[in-house]
Amino acid sequence: MTDARTVAQPSLDELRAEAMAWGRRPRRRGALYVADHVVHAMRAYGWTIIVGALGQPILYLVGLVVGLASLIGGSVTDAWGQHVPYLVFVAPALLMTAGIQVASEEFSYPIMDGFKWRRYFYGFSASPISPQQIATGVAVGASARVLLATAGYFVFVWLFQAVPHGGTGWLAIPIGVLAAWSFGMPLLAYAASLENDAGQFAMVQRFIFMPMFLFSGTFYPLTALPIWLQWIGWISPLWHATELGRVVTYGAAEPVWLTVVHLVYLVALAVGGYIAARRIFVRRLGA
Amino acid sequence: MPEPVIHAENLVKTYRSKGQPEVVAVGGLSFEVAPGESFGLLGPNGAGKSTTMKMIGAVSTRTAGELSILGLDPDRYGPEIRSRLGVVPQQDNLDGELNARENLFIYGRYFGLPAKVCHAKADELLAFAQLEDKAKSKVDQLSGGMKRRLTIARGLVNDPRILLLDEPTTGLDPQARHVLWDRLFRLKERGTTLVLTTHYMDEAEQLCDRLIVVDKGMIMAEGSPSSLIREYSTREVLEVRFGASRNDEVAPQLHGLGERIEVLPDRILIYAEDGEAALERVIAEGLEPLTSLVRRSSLEDVFLRLTGRSLIE
Repeated sequence: MTDARTVAQPSLDELRAEAMAWGRRPRRRGALYVADHVVHAMRAYGWTIIVGALGQPILYLVGLVVGLASLIGGSVTDAWGQHVPYLVFVAPALLMTAGIQVASEEFSYPIMDGFKWRRYFYGFSASPISPQQIATGVAVGASARVLLATAGYFVFVWLFQAVPHGGTGWLAIPIGVLAAWSFGMPLLAYAASLENDAGQFAMVQRFIFMPMFLFSGTFYPLTALPIWLQWIGWISPLWHATELGRVVTYGAAEPVWLTVVHLVYLVALAVGGYIAARRIFVRRLGA
Repeated sequence: MPEPVIHAENLVKTYRSKGQPEVVAVGGLSFEVAPGESFGLLGPNGAGKSTTMKMIGAVSTRTAGELSILGLDPDRYGPEIRSRLGVVPQQDNLDGELNARENLFIYGRYFGLPAKVCHAKADELLAFAQLEDKAKSKVDQLSGGMKRRLTIARGLVNDPRILLLDEPTTGLDPQARHVLWDRLFRLKERGTTLVLTTHYMDEAEQLCDRLIVVDKGMIMAEGSPSSLIREYSTREVLEVRFGASRNDEVAPQLHGLGERIEVLPDRILIYAEDGEAALERVIAEGLEPLTSLVRRSSLEDVFLRLTGRSLIE
């Protein structure tokens, strides 16, 4: 065998300087590289994303406009006594639901895949990228899909003339992303903490997402529910996001303090979940 | 010896789970690796090899001791160190959603390499790994050997100064192992420092200039494969089988026929400088083994001598 030690080798000082130079860029941009990877990998199921982003709004909107709206007489009285066309009332809720739905997909099984099944997060962590950057990159990459879904939904509801306040209505898109984060970031932290899949994500869908969808003032004002069921809405990020959406899309006349509460609640869930997720990524990838 | 690219002194790693006693995975390893050297950690499963590799790879922090990689402390300069390392993990962790070429391209981006460089590097590494015709195949469609080669290729995307290989050929058939060894020889010729763990002694003999034998988180011996064999074993080994039920019964009669004997469940090993002569002595004793084999001593024998256990259990 050739004695490789005869090959000219740089000094330790040179190696150290080289490593310092190579580490600079990943330290700054690592999360973006991960996000880029996540978006790139989504192309493998790109059709599902596009069909989901386009098909779901069409089905819901047509179904509600043609079916349910005609049944209930075309309009509804919201929690603040305003009469609004049913489609206008329900459109922000559907948009927020779409964002949360995408987050529940992206922050569940793919996270398990990265840690457990294909273990590619461990591949990322062997590169200069830190576990915190991996968590951030995964969140940013998934948010790109959330943005696509909520923006797509907004275009449809706008085309269906369900956004009377065009000037502020577009804010439903960033609110949709915030809604997705408020549900998705805690889910990201939870998914990252799981060692095994024992059906937990199916439970999240059945016992958290579905009740949230049905009891968050989505199809009717929360106040229409008996008081003992309204708490589901109060703790539901979907209700807070939907109410914010109604403020910006048709000018729901809720008090300002409540709007602030909605925002603070959503931001708190998103930030708390994000911080927890970063910590869990560090624990699992750096143990 | 030139300044070491890896310096470890009393390296310790312990784990503590809630309600569980502390587990010592690595109990105070000290070693150095010179630039361009091919250095091995040999030991059975659970010896602490992979934990040591994770610490060298700057992904796992040490509990105690000193560790310096490329002259830098991994606790402080993890990203910088990892930017000059290549890592081939025990389990493949390629992205199954991407094809072979995309896996290389994307991984190159993680090191901050420009897209143009990543494209060129991906093509170069596909050729190195003999996977050019699989460039557009999804990872899930590749065989185990191909995935392993792709994982090694991915570990080279940044032209690493040190390549860490954790059980690189476990689970591969002999042909795939030899192809991998050939790729690793080439890297060694280029001057890449190789650090590998294995529990295959033939692999350690083939690839390592120097190695440490590790058991229960401690170094049992250190040296080149040939020097370890010279020091801890005889030139040849006679393996005799009398049948599982008779081995224990016959063993006392074999004492003195070689320098040392080891009784394993399925066979008896007689360590001797001349294995054929030892066999003649066995037959002269009136013992008739069912089968006999004279072979050169290997690192397996060294390990057996040092730990009283076989490497692959």
